Amino acid sequence: MTKTGRVTFFSTSILEDIEARNTATAAVLDLAGGQLAFSVPVQEFVFKRTLMQEHFNENYMESNKYPKATFSGHFIGLDVAALNDPGTHSVKVEGDLTIHGVTHHLTVPATLELKNNQLAAFALFSVAPADYNIEIPLLVRENIAKIVSIRVGLTCDPVGGAAAPVTRSTSPN
Amino acid sequence: MKSPRHAVPFLFSLLVALLAFAPAAQAQDDLLGQLEKATADPGKREVVTATFKGTHIINSQSVETPGKGTMAFLIQHRFGTLNSGAYNFFGLDQAVLRLSFEYGLTSRLTAGVGRSSQEKTFDGFLKYRAIRQTTGARAVPVSVTLFASSAITTLKFNTPSERNMSSRMTYAYQALIARKFSPELSVQLMPTMIHRNFVATPSEQNDVYALGGALRQKITKRTVLTADYYYLLPGNTADNFRNALGLGVDIETGGHVFQLHVTNSLGMTEKFFVPETTGKFFDGDLYFGFTVARNFTIKPQI
Repeated sequence: MTKTGRVTFFSTSILEDIEARNTATAAVLDLAGGQLAFSVPVQEFVFKRTLMQEHFNENYMESNKYPKATFSGHFIGLDVAALNDPGTHSVKVEGDLTIHGVTHHLTVPATLELKNNQLAAFALFSVAPADYNIEIPLLVRENIAKIVSIRVGLTCDPVGGAAAPVTRSTSPN
Repeated sequence: MKSPRHAVPFLFSLLVALLAFAPAAQAQDDLLGQLEKATADPGKREVVTATFKGTHIINSQSVETPGKGTMAFLIQHRFGTLNSGAYNFFGLDQAVLRLSFEYGLTSRLTAGVGRSSQEKTFDGFLKYRAIRQTTGARAVPVSVTLFASSAITTLKFNTPSERNMSSRMTYAYQALIARKFSPELSVQLMPTMIHRNFVATPSEQNDVYALGGALRQKITKRTVLTADYYYLLPGNTADNFRNALGLGVDIETGGHVFQLHVTNSLGMTEKFFVPETTGKFFDGDLYFGFTVARNFTIKPQI
């Protein structure tokens, strides 16, 4: 698991590119059970512009009401044994993404790589703010993309117990 | 949500699904629940943000600062009084302006400079967010921002023929104490001290003390009602000066905040509106004014 997972999102439009980074994402990947879960503290997103960050929290995400975005789901096509081979391994992740209090079921491609007893996970996918009841005022509608790209990058340390049996598959004993 | 037991009647599984869904802590999934438990930090404090929309409320400065690396350019404008008659187009013929820049040196410390057309005054100020309101463990109930400014008038005086530098200076000190009671309501208190190196009449004192109060109430997601008021402690200024009162509306358009207001004060810095407000608010000595702030990102946060 990790508590310092990195989630970034990009919105590219004719007028403006918007990027925000979050490095306080918590995630658990349970390889044996094929499950995974994420919790993203919305207020921890950092924008280039301080005013954007304020608008994002205050108006769009209403982060005092919905402090966390979460994902909970499972892997498809995960071959735990093959993870020991060097290189990246493609998997699919299916589950429920909750943003702004709205939940959608989605399937996204991801890659996993086992390196130095750490599990690196990476995913790139898109969401539409409109699907999550995120209302964008008319005046800035041209500045914010209809589809926002989300990139997730995690470097997970093994934990003892059932939550992440990464140790079992890699440790020499 | 998938039920592992297919034998369970549909309605029952639906009920279970709804029940499981309701409280977030109960988690849609065991793993997410575990994660929430593992990451729950009892000592975690959340800073309360956006107590006010802008760095100014109406006349007053708010506890807000532009944030690190952000330069705010403010245009503050006051027309003449509404009761000045049709000949003056109800005040619109007259205009008093203050232009200012505020730069966030850190997320807490801001330095600013401004120029008012009134008495050709330059002002410089520092604003420091000493305490921030937080929620969570050991919550801090209020935000406190300390404000200090000095102003110099560059007006050419006739009497006495020329005044020295020091007699042109005025200083203002404020503690801005604000609390965001709810996402809609924020209240600010402002103990204020103005020191004037030079006063016009013997009945006026060099030091003027006042207690200011301000509030903002959201009426829709992007419209806000604001008010601010300064109560002058008795005996420090001449009798013809009044307490400054302002009522306003903030309209947020996404990129900007437009602050529209009416106030009985023509001046837009502490040295003017605290000790030198002359308008009688309820007699219609109302100045219509606005503040527009445009933020420029000098040093991006990422």
